[in-house]
Amino acid sequence: MSYLFATPDETQQMLQEIGVDKIDDLFEQIPESVRRTEELDILPALSEIELDRVLNQVSAEFARHGDRTCFQGGGAYDHFIPATVDEICSRGEFYTAYTPYQAEASQGTLQAFFEFQSLIAELTGLDVANASLYEGASALAEAIIMAIRCTNRAGKVIISGSVHPEYIQTVRTYLHRHPCEIVVVDTIDGITDWQQAAQQIDDNTAAVVVQHPNFFGCLEDVQSVVDQAHAAGALAIEVFDPVSLGVINRPGDYGIDIAVAEGQSLGIPLQFGGPYLGLMACREKFVRKMPGRLIGQTTDKAGRRAFVLNFQTREQHIRRDKATSNICTNQGLMALRASVYIAQLGPEGFAELGKQCCHKANYTVEKLTEAGLGTLAYPHPFFKEFVFQFKQPVTEILEKAKAAGFNLGPELNRFEFGTGAPENSLLIAVTEKRTREEIDRLVAALKS
Amino acid sequence: MENRIALQLLQELSVTGRRATCFPTEDIPTDDLSSLLPEEHRSSRKLKLPELAEGDIVRHYVSLSQRNMSVDTHFYPLGSCTMKYNPKRHERWAGLNGLINVHPYADGADIQGLLGILYEMQEMLAEISGLPSVSLHPAAGAQGEFAALLTASAYFADRGEDRKTVIFPASAHGTNPASASMAGYKCIQLKPSKTGLVNLEDLKQHLSNEVAVFMVTNPNTIGLFEFDIVEASRLVHEAGGLVYIDGANMNAILGKTRPGDFGGDMMHYNVHKTFTGPHGAGGPGAGPIAVRDFLADYLPGPVIVKENNAEGDTVYRLTNPPKSVGQLRSFLGNIGILLRGYFYIRTLGGPGLREVSEYAVLNANYLLALLKDVLDVPNGDRCMHEFVASASALKKQGITAMDIAKRLLDYGFHAPTVYFPLVIAEAMMMEPTETESKQTLDQFAATFKKIIAEDPEKVQNAPHSTPVCRPDEVKAARQPILTYCPCDVQLDLENKPATTEAVPSFI
Repeated sequence: MSYLFATPDETQQMLQEIGVDKIDDLFEQIPESVRRTEELDILPALSEIELDRVLNQVSAEFARHGDRTCFQGGGAYDHFIPATVDEICSRGEFYTAYTPYQAEASQGTLQAFFEFQSLIAELTGLDVANASLYEGASALAEAIIMAIRCTNRAGKVIISGSVHPEYIQTVRTYLHRHPCEIVVVDTIDGITDWQQAAQQIDDNTAAVVVQHPNFFGCLEDVQSVVDQAHAAGALAIEVFDPVSLGVINRPGDYGIDIAVAEGQSLGIPLQFGGPYLGLMACREKFVRKMPGRLIGQTTDKAGRRAFVLNFQTREQHIRRDKATSNICTNQGLMALRASVYIAQLGPEGFAELGKQCCHKANYTVEKLTEAGLGTLAYPHPFFKEFVFQFKQPVTEILEKAKAAGFNLGPELNRFEFGTGAPENSLLIAVTEKRTREEIDRLVAALKS
Repeated sequence: MENRIALQLLQELSVTGRRATCFPTEDIPTDDLSSLLPEEHRSSRKLKLPELAEGDIVRHYVSLSQRNMSVDTHFYPLGSCTMKYNPKRHERWAGLNGLINVHPYADGADIQGLLGILYEMQEMLAEISGLPSVSLHPAAGAQGEFAALLTASAYFADRGEDRKTVIFPASAHGTNPASASMAGYKCIQLKPSKTGLVNLEDLKQHLSNEVAVFMVTNPNTIGLFEFDIVEASRLVHEAGGLVYIDGANMNAILGKTRPGDFGGDMMHYNVHKTFTGPHGAGGPGAGPIAVRDFLADYLPGPVIVKENNAEGDTVYRLTNPPKSVGQLRSFLGNIGILLRGYFYIRTLGGPGLREVSEYAVLNANYLLALLKDVLDVPNGDRCMHEFVASASALKKQGITAMDIAKRLLDYGFHAPTVYFPLVIAEAMMMEPTETESKQTLDQFAATFKKIIAEDPEKVQNAPHSTPVCRPDEVKAARQPILTYCPCDVQLDLENKPATTEAVPSFI
């Protein structure tokens, strides 16, 4: 396969114009001692037809997993993706465009990102949103670094132990070389021990972080987090689930300062973990300290409405080592997917989406319990995800589920928790895509 | 012919009561939400999201798409950004059901095929870089830089060394110092040399047992191969430091030389630049890193390992390196983008990759040859895959690099990168890539010459054919409007003066 244009004749004409005999002459800048003559030792080239064959085979094998009905959660979910999302985002004018630095040549992208910011601001109940970060976990790490900048407090960050364990791990990695103490607060029955947190918050605390609904699916006492954080002069950060916002209060409604989320649920396929979408919104007074890209509305020479990249002087290409982050490539196309998704659902769709997730998840718990399979591990209200403690060993449960065509999980024992997970427990997610028939069939299969 | 109605904002098109998506009627007994969600958490308000019919949405976004330049529609000679053609077959393959529907917590036993492909990708990236250990984990090139700097720091900590600084040339991408600073290092910028190459003398001045890493892009951002890279690496290694190669310009050297061969200890790839992942108007990318053996244990995880099980069959498994710096994001990595890179490498093979670089360099040198009579090229008449010209001489006519960039848009060419690298005045950085024809380059050069001969006023006021012309960036920064507001009320932000410095249109 080749994507080149030049014919041998054209190659000769070009070499002649340059004034060299052969292409290799153009590589004389590379010292001879490190110039390679041998071929790269990689797999041999395949034609489109051949690779098509290989991939179809492999894809069929993957389907062993992908064809099963998905009750898996833990930060990535099988939500419905309307056809418009794929159709619009597969337009080459969007997906083969570059970062919109030349505003005149990129008004389509710029306007779409401005709309995205507006949609996320409204969803979160906060004043401004950026034009996307990599994904949820690094978005949280960036939010914490931002809080340290906003408060000028580098001493301590308090994180609820019910925040996604991979997010906590990511925060630790990001802050590894900084003198900031990370305090992970224990959970009691799947809910953060906010009394323990209260003892930890001091006047050197930059931020208090809560996930709501939390990693175990339970609702947290966000209001008290906000009150405690603000009383100490710290910022309150919430990791939210965008799908919940049609039925659950928005971060801004609780008085949250910075809200971050994994946006995968908004029209982005699971694809084994990425690319996903980092959402971030904040109150207006912190906007200049926000990492990443921001699109602003302005006017052009003729007074027409125009959109531009705004506040670029915070970014790495101007401020270099003083920049608000090192982010350069973000998740533009994923932000576009989320925008189309949100537009497609509208306010009624969001309300319905939230309602159906909540109903179906609660119905699943009811049926699993009725069938005598075990109990809800944590006795708290939940949204679309819950920890179920089975009477049978988890390996058996997972095998039965698989055999009947269902994927469940993750298992809680794969994560390191401070307080330890209950034995034989699985995190189970139920989205709007699941039907009563599927849920009933799952329960029957597990009971057998 | 422009569709003005469709150019209203999504929010302005909203009509109360319109709907696009309907969910199926719930087939389970539905309790009132009030019995499931406590009142203090239950939202009672209707979200103020746009209410639209599907036709509104489709027409709106198709119209927006038409207000974009893209590789599929225009020649995009953006230096340092490698805007090459994105093969369509990759989109089809990446969209295969068996790839798209895999949950990140899938049972490894179910997805051996996928893990096998990703393992092959690790191996091929190792071979192409000449650095044997690879982590696919970082989400983007800049996150790869950050990950590698943390890797270096863990390595030094293990050796009981506390090295505090990172050195980079003045022409470095802004991400280099930003990543170094995020990783807790002090940044030292070398003085620019006259030749556009690393200033060896200045490098020597700064080397000490305080230096952790020397970060350098090779070929560099001027489009030149760092001829002294072997010596520079030797010096850094002698001082106990590590050499980091910013892989942004790998397109120029695939199969011709390897960072591992010329002294690099660590590097990142920009999969979307080198291996044709579409840029997506700003992403997603993927930023895998490759390192020498002695750094492998510190790599961010998870990584994929190949083992034999008890029956002797090959098994692929995700694992964290023993002394890993940890995760920098959730899950394994940007698999969808890495797969596109895999497809590209698999369809080209070793000889094909080498040809890519040969023609990228041929095209750049050809364009340079066509333009050198009308533009100064301060660093000579040879380049690798890109070159930097200076429009300084045209300032006499009152024309700036930005003016030419804008005027090019009128002729259907995307602008080159302007005002970067900062070490060259009125910089215009051009990278045609290997996926452009001689005819396109001829037309571009002819247009360039035509613009220079045009009435300066016409050029200064360009572009004339785009939806908007020279948006007021200062106003945008001083009176920020960052979200839709029906009355265009501006946010009450602290009224800091906006910058007037030249903003590089790039990266």
